[in-house]
Amino acid sequence: MNWTLALPEIVLGISGLLILAGGVIPKKDSFFPVSMAVIGALVLTAALVLGQGEGTAFMGQYVSDGFSRFAKVLILAGAALALVLALDFNAKAGLDRFEYAVLMLFAAQGMMVMVSANDLMSLYIGLELLSLSLYVIAAFDRDNARSAEAGLKYFVLGALASGLLLYGSSLVYGFAGTTNFDRLADALSSGQVGMGLVIGLVFVLAGLCFKISAVPFHMWTPDVYEGAPTPVTAFFATAPKIAAIALLMRVLAGPFGDLSAQWQQVIWFASAGSMLLGAFAALTQKNIKRLMAYSSIGHVGYALMGLAVATDGGFRGVLVYMAIYLVMNLGTFAVLVAMRRNGKTLEQVDDLAGLGRTDPQMALWMAIFMFSMAGVPPMAGFFGKLYVFLAAVQEGFWVLALIGVFTSVVGSYYYLRIIKVMYFDAAQAPLDPRSAGVTVVMAGTGLLTLLFFLFPAPIIAAAQSAIVALAG
Amino acid sequence: MIAAAAFYLFAAVLIASAVMVVTSRNPVHSVLFLILAFFNAAALFLLAGAEFLAMILVIVYVGAVAVLFLFVVMMLDVDFSALREGFQRYAPVGGAVGLVLFAELVFVFGSWSFADDVGGLRLNPTPEGVDNTRAIGRILYTDHVWLFQLSGLILLVAMIGAIVLTLRGRPASKRQDIGAQVARSGSVNLRQVRPGAGLGEIGIERPPVEAPKPVKQVEHHGHDHGGHH
Repeated sequence: MNWTLALPEIVLGISGLLILAGGVIPKKDSFFPVSMAVIGALVLTAALVLGQGEGTAFMGQYVSDGFSRFAKVLILAGAALALVLALDFNAKAGLDRFEYAVLMLFAAQGMMVMVSANDLMSLYIGLELLSLSLYVIAAFDRDNARSAEAGLKYFVLGALASGLLLYGSSLVYGFAGTTNFDRLADALSSGQVGMGLVIGLVFVLAGLCFKISAVPFHMWTPDVYEGAPTPVTAFFATAPKIAAIALLMRVLAGPFGDLSAQWQQVIWFASAGSMLLGAFAALTQKNIKRLMAYSSIGHVGYALMGLAVATDGGFRGVLVYMAIYLVMNLGTFAVLVAMRRNGKTLEQVDDLAGLGRTDPQMALWMAIFMFSMAGVPPMAGFFGKLYVFLAAVQEGFWVLALIGVFTSVVGSYYYLRIIKVMYFDAAQAPLDPRSAGVTVVMAGTGLLTLLFFLFPAPIIAAAQSAIVALAG
Repeated sequence: MIAAAAFYLFAAVLIASAVMVVTSRNPVHSVLFLILAFFNAAALFLLAGAEFLAMILVIVYVGAVAVLFLFVVMMLDVDFSALREGFQRYAPVGGAVGLVLFAELVFVFGSWSFADDVGGLRLNPTPEGVDNTRAIGRILYTDHVWLFQLSGLILLVAMIGAIVLTLRGRPASKRQDIGAQVARSGSVNLRQVRPGAGLGEIGIERPPVEAPKPVKQVEHHGHDHGGHH
């Protein structure tokens, strides 16, 4: 029983319980100190993750390797920064209840369990811990009908997806006789499997595709992203996506690695569909949060392209893409969180009009993020796309790569439109001054996005070693 | 021999009380028969050697769930005769659905076969030489402690969620706020009072209020009142 291997999760869980008790006991509202404590716990956990050993624990239900470390550091960073974005916004919007921070901590805990899952059961438990926390914080603005609707919609559809996942898991267990990933890989190594197991695999894929909002299962995304409070949307669009993609990669590359001929078609379709829908449905959006929802669907499509290739190069492309996606998305949402005039939150693209004159600094960062999302060369987003396209072309996935290039061109229309609105439309009244935390997130992620091309080696190398752990 | 007799006794009582749960007119009687059924099922578990399940059944189902049912049934005024209305009308449809399900079950079990080495292939075969309480404890708290604790966290998150989304502090309720009381100045001051002095002697200090409204003619009112007599 090698339980010390899971020290980061254990420390995070216990500090979550302590912070919860510390938030409940004082009568006064304790949002700010509790949030600070949660951020501290996340940072501490990230430090522990960096020093984590390798191996399996808890009867093979938990695995720690380079891949899980890479994903966990990204997840913890995403969660901490999303909480920083919420600090000022929640206080102004009357959402400053300490449970918000505690729920984000437990969501991070669920994501860490997901990326360390080495068993269908721990996969499901982690996913459910994450989802349940997300349902609640989506509806956190409970007096706002749209937020309550977002939470309820997400809950109902998420429960359906969990049902699909469980059904698939039970089929896999029934036909393979085990839920452990290592033993599943042994059982399926011949490549000759029954139809029941393939059906189970497809159901598992459907449940996971729902969580990353890939195309046939994307319907909830725009409504939930629009209805939830903006910092919640910022969180939804970043860390849980990375966790779910990482989980998908582990499931597909690990136990079902020998069935790649079966799942490649599914991922191929989800990738192409997500790219096309993300590009075209976003064209007419006026609400910037809906726009970002479709944009995230499109980005998931690009990431899945690397997965569909099913080579080490493709997997590495996915990891690099998701790391860059996390950074530029957090920056974009920092701008959205700062969109507030006379105390009212703004959500329309037109509300950004003239930002280039009224707030040149924020407009500059936003322009960097938009260029990066569109994939304009010196920015980080270009390199993310480069690595997945390269892998796709090398393996002869020409159609998928061409769809990707085509949708990138279509997508740049609405990214560049935001820049045009900011710099060339008639100026409106200036936005309210933003808090220091938001500015720090904006500037930090902006610099990373802008200067990625100067030092890509560490991230590429980290992704490479993560992939070696995943494949080996 | 005794075990067989006990089995038939408990099984018969179990089935009889289960029938009574469904058929009795008074819902409170139904719940009481349900409790009887639970006890007999627990006894059957004991006979089968599953003492842990037997105890859990009594503690959880009788101790918590059935008592909760009883409270609900007694507190809520559910009109059970109205619920039974239309039984005749829906009986054929319900019967047909039940028949289909039964036929499917028969087909499933008719073609069911186990592999020869199924006993060895089970994920958690019954361990040798330990009683089943210990065996269950080993599985839950040793083999699957990771999942067990995380399930606890999921339930905690569900609880936090329910509280966050529904609990509202009541603005109308009055609470003592000691800090505000202590920080209050001006309207309250400290003065020395001679022991035994009544309110009439020292007077009551109140914040100044506007002059009271002129009282309506009391005599007139009294007169009216008297007139009614």
